[in-house]
Amino acid sequence: MSERVELAHNAVGRAVPTMVNGKPQIPFLGAGKYQPRARKAAPAICSNKDYPDSGDKRVADLETALRKCGLRDGMVISTHHHLRDGDKVALMALDAAARIGVKDLMWFPSASFPSQKSAIELMEKGVIHHIEGSMNGPLGDYCTQGKMRGMGVLRSHGGRYQAIQDGEVHVDVAVIAAPTADFFGNADGSHGKSACGSLGFALADSTYADRVIVVTDNLVRFPCVPWQIQGNNVDFVVEVETIGDPAKIVSGTTQITRSPDRLRIAELVAQFLRAAGIMKNGFSFQAGAGGIALAFVQYLKLMMKQDGVKARFVRGGSTKVLVELLQEGLTDYILDGQTFDLDGVKSMANDPRHVATSPFISYNYHGKGNFASLVDAVVLGATEVDVNFNANVVTHSDGRLLHGIGGWQNCLFAGCTVLALPSFRDRIPVIVDEVTTMTGPGEMIDVVVTERGIAINPRRMDLLDAVKGSNLPVRPIQDIKAEVEKICGKPVRPKLGDRPCAVVKWVDGTVLDTVWQVS
Amino acid sequence: MSSAVETASPRFAEAGHWGKEVRSDVHVGFEARDSGGVEISLESRVAPYYGTAILEQTREVLGELGVKHARVAIHDEGALPFIIAARIEAAARRAGIALGKRSLPQQHPLRAPSQKDRLRRSRLYLPGSEPKYYINASLHGPDAVILDLEDSVHRGEKDAARILVRNTLRTVDFGSCERMVRINQLPLGLEDLAEVVGESPDLILIPKVEEPEQVREVDRMIGEIKARNGIIRSIWIMPILESALGIENAFAVATASENVAALTIGLEDYTSDLGVVKTAEGHESQYARSRVVNAARAAGVQAIDSVFSDVADMDGLRRWGEASRAAGFEGMGCIHPGQIRVIHEAFQPTAVEIEKARKVVTAFEEAQNKGLSVVSLGSKMIDPPVVQRALKLVERAKAMGVIS
Repeated sequence: MSERVELAHNAVGRAVPTMVNGKPQIPFLGAGKYQPRARKAAPAICSNKDYPDSGDKRVADLETALRKCGLRDGMVISTHHHLRDGDKVALMALDAAARIGVKDLMWFPSASFPSQKSAIELMEKGVIHHIEGSMNGPLGDYCTQGKMRGMGVLRSHGGRYQAIQDGEVHVDVAVIAAPTADFFGNADGSHGKSACGSLGFALADSTYADRVIVVTDNLVRFPCVPWQIQGNNVDFVVEVETIGDPAKIVSGTTQITRSPDRLRIAELVAQFLRAAGIMKNGFSFQAGAGGIALAFVQYLKLMMKQDGVKARFVRGGSTKVLVELLQEGLTDYILDGQTFDLDGVKSMANDPRHVATSPFISYNYHGKGNFASLVDAVVLGATEVDVNFNANVVTHSDGRLLHGIGGWQNCLFAGCTVLALPSFRDRIPVIVDEVTTMTGPGEMIDVVVTERGIAINPRRMDLLDAVKGSNLPVRPIQDIKAEVEKICGKPVRPKLGDRPCAVVKWVDGTVLDTVWQVS
Repeated sequence: MSSAVETASPRFAEAGHWGKEVRSDVHVGFEARDSGGVEISLESRVAPYYGTAILEQTREVLGELGVKHARVAIHDEGALPFIIAARIEAAARRAGIALGKRSLPQQHPLRAPSQKDRLRRSRLYLPGSEPKYYINASLHGPDAVILDLEDSVHRGEKDAARILVRNTLRTVDFGSCERMVRINQLPLGLEDLAEVVGESPDLILIPKVEEPEQVREVDRMIGEIKARNGIIRSIWIMPILESALGIENAFAVATASENVAALTIGLEDYTSDLGVVKTAEGHESQYARSRVVNAARAAGVQAIDSVFSDVADMDGLRRWGEASRAAGFEGMGCIHPGQIRVIHEAFQPTAVEIEKARKVVTAFEEAQNKGLSVVSLGSKMIDPPVVQRALKLVERAKAMGVIS
């Protein structure tokens, strides 16, 4: 990619490419400012006469299925990350594509994981042209070293749905890993030896892709009940020995932190929600699967018991900690987008109050409302936050890709967005003058909680007033930053390259920031 | 392998730690040379942000130590500047260079000196060779932090630890925590004093005290260093009694110097001296603990309890703390920040006690206003010691933030 890239400055002053992978882009205009007026994209019309009356859509293997789907050079192939780092299906599909001999595919995963690093070889061989989806570890380095032929596009879970509905990304073939399925293609995630809980990430692809392949290692007799993926959206069913490594399907992220400093942060978050009056009967909240977020739920739970407060619903990613809330009657429902541990998987399979939802109903910009904005408080992490409350979750301070966006951007729409983070990591301050990569604009971020104090966004006078008179360590964000710089010294800002290698999309599809090639 | 010929050749030493599991520390390899100037190599996980600063700091520290010729290899794991300085100094000294010289980092302004009778419910132990715990220790709200040079520091690391503790006292803001140092058993402890007293710790703990003379020896040395450095603020002493003989001499030890502010007990060593098993209930040390409380009270100093070593057992800790307070102790040690809150709650007077004490105080104040020498509450006359106790309890409850 040697051609010059045109750059424009968006509403938050970031230089972003006006063209990405041959498609014109709209620079970020401000939250809620961009509203496209057109009709949503739609899959091609199909006719059921093309499908067997017996309902049996099984074919011998993935290679056969991909051939029958008409996979050819330059197409878009999608996979999903509900099996997390244990997924085997994405590489199985891409390897099968390589054997067929197609080139220049765009791989469109809902997220990629370190175990999929051999995708690099497929890029080197020309099978994959580029990736649009989260990249970290070796894949992230490959991208930020400028080795990928196309530009990386990082989208939130909701943004991925939006891109499909806007027609920005047209999925030619979707390959869905299914822990349980029948021959018709009905599929479910909460049962089977590779059970993972929700299949929510695959829902958009199952309805919008031209061709859909379900791959399962637990074929049951029709009907597969419940079905999260509807068989009448599915073209082919492939049975394989195993779709994933169960040990890695549920990740290690569900360990509650034992670091006293992080526990302090978690407790401060819970105390803040209580002092601000957010923790009250019928409230709702969402917490991620990070160590601090999980510990926060533990503290909040104690306070809810003390105050006799019950939540109406909590939003997953579900974990053991949330499941316990449900079982102890401290929440009426878990509305779950993904499932992080086995307790979550079991609960979803057995408890009707533990509901599987998709990014469409909770996160999608083109939905008629989102669950995410109904949530009273959300507790998230970040790698950096700046004095204007802008935050970064995708890159290290040195510009290397670190995380995908996940549901992070979508969660910012909650009533109160709290970032819980240590004020420095390994001597590197977390509060900076300007974030390396903007992933969330400061106008959407309300509170930053560190072990050295709580900073409330001056835009939220209501929150500042609500906690006035509490004994919480509420301080201006500049104050905490100055204290940390006194301890650590002011760091030198690493020099980033001037060649874009990926873009960060906002939830509406506009370009929020650029990830620059690392020298 | 040493020989007379080799003494002129490069001498190598090292200090600090590095590796994948190490956080907030640094390893310094130091090769003293006779010529060739200073040569520095740096590997750091924070190199893009602080590489230049670390190199600059290294040159500065070497300059202060008077090092002209050396090869210095630094492996940094995100250590803060005061840690880097301490490790370089330790490595240089170990290489036989810069003896008698110090590189003192910029000082954080000292807080007000501590009062002899201040609140000492909890003291958080910070191992003298684990710098990663220092910077956030005070955020967990203990009444005191105790930088430990004794049991938590390996014998071969004592020299490096005392330099690190010195720099920590000098630069880390411990907020409203009292800054304590546990030195080693004498005579090694005297070398610790030589390094740390100049940084005005608030209190020195002396381990394994058996005779009052040991306290006096420490007190004398503290006095000398204070005089040499022009330090006028108090540096209190807390002797630790850890043997049968020490317990027998409790009163003499507590009264050995007017700088003794508290007396405490070390149960691990005490029980092993007795040849009994240390239990969670602690019946075997009941006599010794009572003796410490009694001696401390008789000497007019605080009695402080030992530590509770099972960090996972919060219920056991609470029971221990409550019994400890009931027995007359005013605080105990913590080996994990998670223990602090439980200890504070255990050492907090109950609502009933506070209410009763407040009534007595009110009656006392009324009597004072009326010019009466006898304090009475209802139909009961209140003895002066009861009044004194009530006054102290109310004052303590205020200091603990239980009442305003």
